[in-house]
Order: sequence, then C-alpha cells, then structure tokens
Amino acid sequence: MSRTRVVVTGLGTTSPLGGDVASTWEGLLAGRSGVRPLGDMADGLPVTIGATAAVDPAEVLDRVVARRLDRSSQFALIAALEAWADSGLASAQESGALDGDRFGVAFASGIGGVHTLLSNHSTLLEKGPRRVSPIAVPMLMANAPAATISLKLGARGPVNTPVSACASGNEAVSLAADQIRLGRVDVAIAGGTEAAIHPLPIAAFANMMALSKNDGDPTKVSRPFDTGRDGFVLGEGAGALVLESLEHAQARGARIYAEVLGTGITADAHDIAQPDPAGRGGARAIRAAVQDAGVAPGDIAHVNAHATSTPQGDVAESLMLHAVLGAAADDLVVSATKSMTGHLLGGAGALEAVATVLAIHHRTAPPTINLDEKDPQVELDVATKPRDLPLGDIAAINNSFGFGGANVAVVFGSPT
Amino acid sequence: MSTEEIRAALAEIVNEVAGIPADSVQLDKSFSDDLDVDSLSMVEVVVEAEEKFGVTIPDDEVKNLKTVGDAVAYIERNIAA
Repeated sequence: MSRTRVVVTGLGTTSPLGGDVASTWEGLLAGRSGVRPLGDMADGLPVTIGATAAVDPAEVLDRVVARRLDRSSQFALIAALEAWADSGLASAQESGALDGDRFGVAFASGIGGVHTLLSNHSTLLEKGPRRVSPIAVPMLMANAPAATISLKLGARGPVNTPVSACASGNEAVSLAADQIRLGRVDVAIAGGTEAAIHPLPIAAFANMMALSKNDGDPTKVSRPFDTGRDGFVLGEGAGALVLESLEHAQARGARIYAEVLGTGITADAHDIAQPDPAGRGGARAIRAAVQDAGVAPGDIAHVNAHATSTPQGDVAESLMLHAVLGAAADDLVVSATKSMTGHLLGGAGALEAVATVLAIHHRTAPPTINLDEKDPQVELDVATKPRDLPLGDIAAINNSFGFGGANVAVVFGSPT
Repeated sequence: MSTEEIRAALAEIVNEVAGIPADSVQLDKSFSDDLDVDSLSMVEVVVEAEEKFGVTIPDDEVKNLKTVGDAVAYIERNIAA
C-alpha cells in the first residue's frame, strides 16, 4: 500500500516582520530586521533588545477573546486563522465536506503562557490569592494554543502540543504530518508560538549566556554564521501551516504550496543545553528526514538553517549538513532567517517552516542579513541577497534544534 | 451608592469581562441564561466586583446570584457592612 502523501495548503504567521504572511515574506526578502529596543520593560536587564511582534495581537483580536488568552495563544490563533482562511477549508467546513472528527491540531510552544503565569504571580504577591485569575490555568497551560485553535475551528481529532524547546514548532509539523500519514485525520493545523519577551526569561537566557550581549545597533545583533555572532536575540510570534492529505486536497481542488516529504526526530543525549559540538544528533535527524523523504542529496536546493547566531550551534549545523549530504552540501542555498526575525523559540520552527514552504513556492531563498564576514568554519553557500532556486522538482530542509538535545528536520518538496 | 449606581458599575464589569453591552445588563437578566456569562467568567465578575465595591462574596454565595438583581441586592446589603 502506498503511503499517504501530505501537502501544505495554507500558511499563516504573525511575526516580528509583519502581522501576516505577505508582510512577513516581504520583510524577509527585503532583508529587514525585526529586532528593536524593548523600552521601559527592559530597564535594568542585561539585554534590552528583542524581536517583538510587528503587530500587537491584542489589537487584532476581539477584546473579550484577547483578554482570555495568553499572548502566546493570541499569536497562535491569529496565525492559525490566517492559514485556515488561506487554505479555503472554511467553505468545506460550512458545506459539511470537512469532518471535524478527522481534523486535528499539533501546535507547539516552548515555554507556555509565561506572561500569564508571571503576571498572576505578581498579583498573588501584591493583592493576595483571591485576585488570581480563575482562568489563569487554561490561559497558561502548555496546550492552551492548540486547544484554542481546536475550539475556534472545531477540530475534534487529535489536538497535541509537542514540547521540545526550540525544536517544538518543527516537531509540530512532523507530528501533524504523522497523524495524516497514520490515517487518523485528513487535515491538521500545525505550528508553534512563543511569547517569552518578558524580564524573567530575558534574565534567565542572559544568565545562561545564550543571548547576545551586543549593545550596538539592534538590527545588527542577530548575525548567524558571521564571525561577530555572540548569541541569539529573543523573538516572539507564531507560524501556522494547514497540512492535508494529498487526496483530500486534490478532491477539493486546493492550491498546494508544497509537500511534506519526510521528517526526522532525534536527541543528542549529550547535554541539557549545549549542542553536541560535532552535530551528530542533528545529522541523524537530517539523515532520517532525507531518507524518509526518499530524495537524493542533490535534490535539496535550499536549507532554512536553525542558525540562531550562537558561536557553537552555527558551526555544528554546517558539520551536520556536510556529514549527511556530502558534496551536495556545497551546492544548496542556505538561509538563516533568524538574522531578521530573532529566535522565536517554540515558534521558530513553525515560522521557518512557513518561510521554507514560501521559498519553494516562490522559488526564492530569503537572504541572511548581517553576514559581513562568514565564519571560515561554516562551509556553506549562505544567501546574503534573495536567491533564485531552480525550477523543476526541488526539495528544501527546515532544521530546528532545542535545549534538551532535541533535533528535528523536515523535508519539503515542490508540488508534483 | 444607589441601586442604579451599583447596577451600572456591575454592568461595566460584566462588559469588561464578557463583552456584554453594559445597557443589556439589567436587574431581571440571568447571568447564565440571558447574558451568556459562563461559570469562570462569573468568578471573574465576582472578583472584580469584590474589589470595586469593597465587599466579600463567598464561593457558596455565588451560586445564589442568578440574576443581575440578585448580585446588586447582595452588594447593596453588604456594601456598608
């Protein structure tokens, strides 16, 4: 029996570059930085910049809806609704052609509702337990974004929340594709969200020396693969993809952006926070994804790198790609979009999945900004301007790696 | 505060919490049946009302506050106590 094929039929995002896919893609192609000063919120903190959302989600959603959702769920809902509208499935749902029992959600967050948790903690200390919100738990729980989307769109199949730190968003794409391949659902919304630009996570990430301490021009701080990189910049927002079985998408004449060809998930078992310097776990994930996809190394035209702008991780990723793809690693075009969006943690893999799919769709790899002097240990063709990708059948890899040693690679292909 | 002042202030809270237009929050309206205020929203309304009016509304009392009138009457009785 042939395997169920999974395609991408809808895209959504709200990101540091824009409140939707069109503005975000335009920002990526233009090489615009979404990193800005954080203002008063960052007073006294060791890091005072971040890639904040370009559009305040509370201004987009209905006021009563917004006040019952943590900021991370607000981002998730906005991105999911855009992807849903983009897919054209709303009309299938209205006509009864989409069975809600066969519609799932896999939506990730790395950290959960940290704004809600910490603001209620402040309330507890200042005003006492009676003033803690009765909806604090459903707002801050890790599966709140997935559940919010399920409730809003009537998804009654599996509704999951994979959590693997900065690999979470990409893992959600993998998990959603698996649910379709296993025949559990026909349609799934996959994605990831994060809203962790708050003094406590900033202090914590800074104290573990993960964040850049560069206090120069904020737009120049996130510099993956550059010799001057010294850590990542926190970002926030969400990315969402509507995944669908090929059969289901073709039956309704859907526009197909790309196919999910294969996925790979591994763990380093090396260190809770540091990547394996040789990138062995990441290489195994990429190899597994490429094998699952059934593509040859030479078919891979583009990689959206995890590339967070840390000294160790960016070099390890170059090693991984060479270990798996051999000489073909020299011929593909690599983009490090975190140079513009900062690091969305649990949302990163999802936003970058959206960017990878758009790169295939438009046959254009987005640029990597701030790459003034490429680290000689990074032996990759990193795009610094938008670059054309070949016509014909191509594949692209989206890499995500997270604390805990999580590694997730997803191979997307052009629609066939 | 007069009954009407309490009702109007409570209506603002209900509007803030649940998005119900304040002028539909009238004394004869049931929170759950007429105004669609679910149980967790009702707890939010109660907590906000406690702060606004300086009263205590025990959890056991909340289930007796079926209508806006019930809540206004409870607040009126306890507001100065």
